[in-house]
Amino acid sequence: MLNPELHLNPDIFSENPETAALRDGYGAGLLEAGAENSDVVALSADLTESTRAEAFAAKYPERFFEVGVAEQNMVGVAAGLGLSGKIPFVSSYAVFSPGRNWEQIRTTICYNDSNVKIAGHHAGVSTGPDGATHQATEDIALMRTLPNMKVFAPCDAIEAKKATVAAAKIWGPAYLRFARNATTLMTTEETPFIPGKAEIFWHPGNGKKPEVAIIGCGPLIYNCLLAAKNLEKQKIHVLVVNCHSIKPLDSRTIVSVAKKCGAVVAVEEHQIAGGLGGAVAELLSEEHPTPMEFVGMRDTFGESGKGEELIKKYGMAPNHIEKAVEKVLKKK
Amino acid sequence: MFELTDEKIKFLEKRANEIRESVVKMLYEAGSGHSAGPLGMADVFSAFYFHILNHKPGNPDWPDRDRLVLSNGHICPVRYAAMAYAGYFPLDELNTLRKLGSRLQGHPHRQSLPGTETTSGPLGTGLSQAIGMALAAKLDKKKYRVYCFVSDGEQNEGNHWEAVMFAGKIKINNLTMLMDRNNIQIDGFTEDVMPLEPLREKYEAFNWRVMEINGHSIEEIVDAVNESKTIYEKPTLIIAHTIPGKGVSFMENDYAWHGKPPTKDQALAALKELRSLGGKIETE
Repeated sequence: MLNPELHLNPDIFSENPETAALRDGYGAGLLEAGAENSDVVALSADLTESTRAEAFAAKYPERFFEVGVAEQNMVGVAAGLGLSGKIPFVSSYAVFSPGRNWEQIRTTICYNDSNVKIAGHHAGVSTGPDGATHQATEDIALMRTLPNMKVFAPCDAIEAKKATVAAAKIWGPAYLRFARNATTLMTTEETPFIPGKAEIFWHPGNGKKPEVAIIGCGPLIYNCLLAAKNLEKQKIHVLVVNCHSIKPLDSRTIVSVAKKCGAVVAVEEHQIAGGLGGAVAELLSEEHPTPMEFVGMRDTFGESGKGEELIKKYGMAPNHIEKAVEKVLKKK
Repeated sequence: MFELTDEKIKFLEKRANEIRESVVKMLYEAGSGHSAGPLGMADVFSAFYFHILNHKPGNPDWPDRDRLVLSNGHICPVRYAAMAYAGYFPLDELNTLRKLGSRLQGHPHRQSLPGTETTSGPLGTGLSQAIGMALAAKLDKKKYRVYCFVSDGEQNEGNHWEAVMFAGKIKINNLTMLMDRNNIQIDGFTEDVMPLEPLREKYEAFNWRVMEINGHSIEEIVDAVNESKTIYEKPTLIIAHTIPGKGVSFMENDYAWHGKPPTKDQALAALKELRSLGGKIETE
């Protein structure tokens, strides 16, 4: 059952649950952060509308900088602004930023410890028709290996807004990961978002003991919840953990659910190498070795298609998550 | 602005020579590092740290300080030496260059050594950061000026030209870039590795004001910087023509000295030459 303490959207499992795009949440969050703090500035590399920085640009033109299609320069300029007391948000597609400009992020933002926030949009194969060139499936790995960098992958538009507002208030480099399409709103304004804290969205009803912890991030949390509901019908009881903070990782919650369940399935719209699942595996290998299965991209690029078609083709649909749960149960 | 008297020029030239001596000693002690660039830029660093920059060595984070961004971080020994002479840290510390636990990293690290402004070394990123600092000054209505030193070899970097284009677009006028035009890079002469000329016309086409000076003339360096402050409609580039390895005859203009330190004998020969001002005066 859905965790009643988290004020999740009660209509999640209806026929047509309400949806919104994470990038819209980013746009709203950026606007709010800008209103709260006049040191917040924004930069865009010719993707102002698509990354939803446009509302900020319209309201605060003096604090918005259009750098053209030049992601390397964008993060360098942002680093200089950050070193001068500003809180810059840079927006582009994740394949370009932090993809193309990784070394600049490493040196001028992370090693410099400049207070820059990187918004990587169009993350995952669900980006769809644009094809694999525009579907970032490696960005979590790129960012979480950098010292000083924090990594957040919110699960829906509401959480995306909260993560954006929170990022402006946390000192230091941060990466925010956003999907392109409208996805199910699982959280509400009342749902807590605490950076570095994972939340258990689903747990078995009637005090039943969970057998598998599904730990995921991003809009795929919705598929995790659908899988959990289906599994319950088969009397397989699971937890679903929304691990929006990949770095810092909520080691206390993750170790605790691993101990409680004895098996873990990691779910992310990202390569299984180096992503959330990798981070969880690193932690559990040291703290509490636990059998795991991974749902994500298996060393392959995506392709053109509809987002939901690609999620199915590349094995990240609810039935794939259910299969991974059944498989990991056999390893216990 | 203090007046640049003949006496001051002599002081700055002497200081440049002291910086060169320190560079040679540091590199010998370190056993690795870059020789040619630091020696070639000693006059520029002397002019900046002891005449041009508005700074407080005892308070490196002073919010109103001028910013000096060193994009080609590999020539940091010359900056470290200038900073030590200016009083940012004790001269003795120069001997820790590149050693474990030192604040003087092989390439500058902002958090290790206050006053370095940015972490640098990977080329082509300094101008972007300098523009960010200049924009922040505008937003905060601060009067500080941002200086960015770049190398000529660094002009090969695409990131740099993204920044050049952006600076021209926004007509950033509280920023002066100075290019160490010494014609060498690791693999050889710049015009062989990747031809850069005509540099002046390239920058002018990107809406920059361009000046060319002798990078070993204190007077020309100071005059060019003063002039750059009067240009309101565009960013300024000062192309400083320098001799790599300047002051040490066997290093001058030889690209082999781009990225290596002197041996003991070479360091002694170099110091003898520097102390005698190229044989002009008797020395030990």
